[in-house]
Amino acid sequence: MRGTIPILRIDGVLLAAVQVELRDAVAEAFQVDVLTAIESERARGLVIDITGIDVVDTYVARILTDTGRLAALMGTETVLVGMRPEIAATLVRMGYPMQGVRTALDLEQGLRLLRRSRRATVGKYGRGPA
Amino acid sequence: MTARRCHQLPIAVEDDIIVVRRAVRTLAEAHGFDTFASAALVTATSELTRNAWSHAGGGVATIDVVEEGNRVGVRVTLKDSGPGIADLPAALSGGFSTARSLGLGLSGSRRLVDQFDLQSTVGQGTTVEILKWKML
Repeated sequence: MRGTIPILRIDGVLLAAVQVELRDAVAEAFQVDVLTAIESERARGLVIDITGIDVVDTYVARILTDTGRLAALMGTETVLVGMRPEIAATLVRMGYPMQGVRTALDLEQGLRLLRRSRRATVGKYGRGPA
Repeated sequence: MTARRCHQLPIAVEDDIIVVRRAVRTLAEAHGFDTFASAALVTATSELTRNAWSHAGGGVATIDVVEEGNRVGVRVTLKDSGPGIADLPAALSGGFSTARSLGLGLSGSRRLVDQFDLQSTVGQGTTVEILKWKML
């Protein structure tokens, strides 16, 4: 891992808590780290915790949704957790579509969402996890 | 309307965006803005400061506290000497896509504040002024 945002593995899911200001260099390293970790850990889900972020402008929103879309290309679902009320209000007011990521209130609910969605996939295609 | 100048900050490197944003947040909170109004103003500031940095190579941010009657607001002016915006209506419509922002930066910022004034001359630069009043 080369970036400043640590990525942990919990029960087959990657967890990244963003607690630094996202700059161009930080964002790029984060996306490379996420993709590398998805491959090496064979992660079935990615949770990005943004509790520590106080401003989500279109630049940060774009980094978050792009990361979700990159993960999706590798077959991994992304859930964004910890969005504060004022950030949700701001994003809606600006009209920013958070495409490529799902959202949940907190880490616990984010992990539950990934488990549920995994079960639904298994049921649909009739096979278990790899 | 009376205005008191509080900060004049350079926008030269990427980290200056954070400095400008923090100055605006501190000032808004000190004047009793609620978290929603403060987040709206700070986010619009961040958006426009990043524009000045990434499209114009930098500029200057001026932050004032304004008073009118019994209400108080924070005004942020971003001035750059960059290439300017050739098609303003398109840029403000939200469909104007740039490399990184989906084109919602200007139109989104405008929706976050109470007053939004943009002057741009191709080849000379852009000045954008935003104002948000504290909710009474």
